[in-house]
Amino acid sequence: MNPALTLDEPLAPRKTRLEEAWHLLKQNRLALVGLIIFILFFCTALIGLVLTSSQDPVFDPSLVRLQEKLRPPLAKPNLETLRPDEVPLFGLYLFGTDDLGRDVFSRMLQGAWVSLTVGFVAVGIAVLVGILLGGIAGYFGQNHICLDHILMALLLFFGGTLLVIGVIPLGIVLVAISLAYIFYYTMARKKPGTGGLSWLSVLHIKALSIDTLIMRIVDIMLCFPSFFLILTVVALLPASIYNIMIVIGLTSWMGTTRFVRAEFLSLREQDFVTAARALGVNNFRIIFRHMMPNAIGPVLVSATIGIATAILTEAGLSFLGFGVPPPHATWGNILSDGKRFIFDAPWLTFIPGFVILIVVLSFNLFGEGLRDILNPKLRERY
Amino acid sequence: MVSFIGRSIIQKIITLFFVSIVSFLIIHLAPGKPSQVDPLNPKFTPEMVERFRKEFHLDEPLYVQYLLFYRGLFTGKTASWKDNQSVLEKIWERFLNSLPLFIVGTILTWTLSFPVGIRSALFRGGLYDRSTTFFSYLLISIPGFFFAYILIIFVVNSFHIPVIGMETFGIGDPGWGRWAMDRVWHLLLPSVLGATGGIAVLSRYVRSQMLEVESQDYVRTARAKGLPTEVVHYKHALRNALLPFVTMFGLILPGLIGGSVIIESIFSWPGMGRMAYEAILSRDYPVILTVNFVSAVLVLVGTFISDLLYMVVDPRIRL
Repeated sequence: MNPALTLDEPLAPRKTRLEEAWHLLKQNRLALVGLIIFILFFCTALIGLVLTSSQDPVFDPSLVRLQEKLRPPLAKPNLETLRPDEVPLFGLYLFGTDDLGRDVFSRMLQGAWVSLTVGFVAVGIAVLVGILLGGIAGYFGQNHICLDHILMALLLFFGGTLLVIGVIPLGIVLVAISLAYIFYYTMARKKPGTGGLSWLSVLHIKALSIDTLIMRIVDIMLCFPSFFLILTVVALLPASIYNIMIVIGLTSWMGTTRFVRAEFLSLREQDFVTAARALGVNNFRIIFRHMMPNAIGPVLVSATIGIATAILTEAGLSFLGFGVPPPHATWGNILSDGKRFIFDAPWLTFIPGFVILIVVLSFNLFGEGLRDILNPKLRERY
Repeated sequence: MVSFIGRSIIQKIITLFFVSIVSFLIIHLAPGKPSQVDPLNPKFTPEMVERFRKEFHLDEPLYVQYLLFYRGLFTGKTASWKDNQSVLEKIWERFLNSLPLFIVGTILTWTLSFPVGIRSALFRGGLYDRSTTFFSYLLISIPGFFFAYILIIFVVNSFHIPVIGMETFGIGDPGWGRWAMDRVWHLLLPSVLGATGGIAVLSRYVRSQMLEVESQDYVRTARAKGLPTEVVHYKHALRNALLPFVTMFGLILPGLIGGSVIIESIFSWPGMGRMAYEAILSRDYPVILTVNFVSAVLVLVGTFISDLLYMVVDPRIRL
């Protein structure tokens, strides 16, 4: 320490943010274990994707060996009945085989990637929608939508519908009117009523604020029982993994929207935002450079826990038979296929069950730990 | 007070209206038609399909179908497409089956999570606190269907008791006592399973509420003036920590109908969740829509009740 340095001078923080976070994480054993399992799971899923998906994969999850069905874990394959290319790697069935003689270990590897992508893509969609709507509601919420905006949106919508249905002339007229209005309003940057269209000012009445609109949409979405809604939509749509991701994502953005809106409402009134605005920083930069880093903490926490929930939801859907279509293995449908042999071949139920449990648990623990780490009250003060 | 009630009722009716539109659109705009359930079935001649479409107004435009459906719902005339029974009667029958599950599950949740949460808050950082924390994460993370199988294997292997269904199949006409015990055993597992998630979440919430109140100034004052520890904990702290939970009474209402699709189908329990699942499988639109509508009503009524309770309990809040 430099003796010339007096205490009055400002000191740089002794540790960077990252070091501090690492320090807090090391104190929280459960969260640390969660993070380690999470990283292991991530690597396993990536390696699993490479090893199971090529033309001639190292672990073939769909290779049927009917003479080797329901072998217990760590069983040696019966080399006399198998062709050389059917023998599993290492010469043993690590997790046993299922009722068609497929290697459970390679199926679990394939399922890891499915769980990982479902979790991340679904939560990614939810967080994107949540940040967008919550940010708009929190930052621009006090602006009002006017009656003419609603009317023009309706005109555009009906015109588009008519065009799709086949009523071409009327549809073109409606779309043209609304587009012309929107063009006039945005490009000319004139308020209706100031130009030649003064009679339109009658319609320029404030109808409802953007905040109210978005929060009512959130209320409407919260009225649906979520698992039932997901089940309905997934059952009606053609079975595919992308539909499941999108549906789970589009039914779970409400929490994020509320967090982000609440954070933005309080951040918007703070001095650093006023200062940025006084400097002439544009809205886009204020939102993404100044406000978002301060609001991202609770979003990250809820996203981590959301991944856990999404993995559980996908497993539940697969279990009910609405998951990813059959040739593709997921943890949920390995378990659901295995439950018929629960007394003869318990590993078919227990291996996927415990793996789901451990992965979901690690996400939950890490998410809760993250909540503590990002909590400014627990940081070291200088 | 009156103006708050009036405003929130109007608001909730508007929300309900939009919910009805959205759920109707989701179901009817999804690809596939209910009239084409099985194109390979030789009994499904084009005339047959046409007759069905006429019978169920599927040939009308969408908004007419919407009006017809909700008129039917409010006059109680909606009939299931599958067996032409009244939907409301069907739901009521299944609701009565689900009700015991819901009641036992709720009682388990609320009686277990409070002692656990309070104790782990009072002995914060101790062995008890850390182990309940870990256990509650475990219970939140375990997939319900997997846990169900573990419990089934455990109970069946160690007690030799059948647990699937509402009562033992072919039990005949046993004495009153055996019948009651049989029912209780069948009820126990699904309601324990339904309660696990709730116990884990609620006890964590009780713990954090209790910790927050314990650090308030008035608790320190109570301790400083020499009150016995029990009085401080249970009279000064606990009463204030309980405030937010009063409002949760309103929020358990939606659980009445949601039930659990997965648990009811594992235990073949003829309840609401399983009926909804079967309705989805057979594309029985009136049943799906009615279940959706009733549960939306329950969510809205639940939030309304919890707002009212909050006002009654906490005099600081005047809406």
